Amino acid sequence: MNSDTSWERGIISFADRKVSVVRYGLPAIQVLLFIGVVIAGVGPLLWLLKSGVSTSQDILRGPMQLWPSGIQPQNIPDAWNRVQIGAYLGNTAFIAIGSMISTLFVCTTGAFVLSILRPKWGPVLTGAVLATLFLPGVISLVPLYMTVLKMPVLGVSLQNTFWAVWLPSAASAFNLLVIKRYFDSIPRELIEAARIDGASNIRLFTALILPLSKPIVGVVALLTVIGSWKDYLWPLLVLPDPRLQPISVALPRVAKTTEISLQMSALFLAVLIPVVLFLVFQKQFLRGVGMAGGIKE
Amino acid sequence: MFQQRTQKSGRSVTTWYRSGGLSAVFFALPLVLIFLYFSWGPIVRGLVLSFQKNNLVAPPEWVGMSNFSYVLTDPQLPQAALNTLYFALLALVFGFPVPLFLAVFISELRKTGWLYNVLSYLPAVVPPVAAILLWTFFYDPSTAGVFNSILGWFGLGPFAWLNSQTLAMPAIVLEATWAGAGATSIIYLAALTGVRTELYEAAELDGAGIRSRVWHVTLPQIRGIILIMMLLQLIGTFQVFTEPFLFTGGGPNNATTTILLLIYRYAFINGDFGAATALSVLLAGVLCVLSVVYHFVTRRWSTT
Repeated sequence: MNSDTSWERGIISFADRKVSVVRYGLPAIQVLLFIGVVIAGVGPLLWLLKSGVSTSQDILRGPMQLWPSGIQPQNIPDAWNRVQIGAYLGNTAFIAIGSMISTLFVCTTGAFVLSILRPKWGPVLTGAVLATLFLPGVISLVPLYMTVLKMPVLGVSLQNTFWAVWLPSAASAFNLLVIKRYFDSIPRELIEAARIDGASNIRLFTALILPLSKPIVGVVALLTVIGSWKDYLWPLLVLPDPRLQPISVALPRVAKTTEISLQMSALFLAVLIPVVLFLVFQKQFLRGVGMAGGIKE
Repeated sequence: MFQQRTQKSGRSVTTWYRSGGLSAVFFALPLVLIFLYFSWGPIVRGLVLSFQKNNLVAPPEWVGMSNFSYVLTDPQLPQAALNTLYFALLALVFGFPVPLFLAVFISELRKTGWLYNVLSYLPAVVPPVAAILLWTFFYDPSTAGVFNSILGWFGLGPFAWLNSQTLAMPAIVLEATWAGAGATSIIYLAALTGVRTELYEAAELDGAGIRSRVWHVTLPQIRGIILIMMLLQLIGTFQVFTEPFLFTGGGPNNATTTILLLIYRYAFINGDFGAATALSVLLAGVLCVLSVVYHFVTRRWSTT
């Protein structure tokens, strides 16, 4: 997508580029748009970097001054330790990875049944999963909260445990159907061949299907981690204990009680990790997100 | 005869077992359990709850339609519904053309497109809560606020932003657009790679200018994804919560109270879970009707 070496024509042709309006207009739009994208994309982050190491006074008096009057690098370790940003980031990562594992486990095994094993009752199950895709999420917010407070039949409460976030995130019809569709495209001959070789269902799953579906598993894993990292309302409801809260839930609470300079360094730290991860893995990232969009169609 | 029948069913059970029927059940177990507890169960429970009085303390009690009548006569509801519609409309006006324009433009830049791509996607990786807290600071109403001092260079302002009843909602939508545009444009970009480029040649030979090529060749080819993204955006904006909740908490003077904020207040501040689910069911119903109507309307467009 990014590095096409062969020149494939787009909307604008070589002939167009000879017309002076296009010849000078196009670079002008390009430059303007570039400035716009830089201001929108990088501007707030640079501002946050500057404010993260400034004094509270500087941030409040002259937020648009290019250079702060004094640099306070001590803000960053202070935010990490005193505001406990480190601990909250740890919680966030733990929640995100747990959600990813539970989602992948439930969705791959489920898709394996529906797509490869195809029992008689499979279509009913597929239909039941598909139906939930058409219902807006708002309908189950409150009853889901009550379910987590007291699990039916089991009678236990998941509140203030990470399970309260991990398990509901696995009930994702979208991810299940994405994986199922990918499994559907695996040639049946491969599966028959493995069966003739005497592979059991478990072996078929772990030794053939999973290795073949690495790309889609990667995309779903990535999307789950991003989704979990961004989530706010659900962890706010089910994790009232501050020691368990992810950074999203902790930040607004902490912001009320800490001084502005520490607040900004805390925000900076909260933003830093996802941004660095994105910049390092940008190719996989953008491809994954684009792929997910294609699936929506 | 009886013995024969048991023998026969016994055999079919063993063949079922041998052909992996039991292990299929085991493989389906996590899916069924998780969906029962966290998807199907809550949906059914939501429908049941909306006809009950429930505050988690006293045992639930059937109350018929009274939750619905309570919610529908709540004086805050018309305001919240209007605010939600206003948010959805503004989000559509701001948030719909920007990513589309960005994507069409980036797809033209073969060599440097990725740079625009990465930069415009950056806001989408900032956790929404961090972005909102940052923007709250940007929207500082004093003359030293970030936006006010930038506008001050041009002799504008100062504006009250989030403290103003008229500006609060547009301010929230502006942040939401900033956060969402990159992600949407990536999806359009992926769709644009599938556009058949030889059609541009044909259009050019027929004398179509650049603008009409975009309008008559590019956009119709990605119409499917555009229509779906529009519907998803509408459904998403009708359920907006985090932005108004953190930016303004619904204020000033309820100018940014949305339906989801009302649901939150019913359930988690008033402890009235019946009313909260009744309103959720109503909103879900409206969204379902909206999707169906949208489907039929857009289907008619695509045939003409």
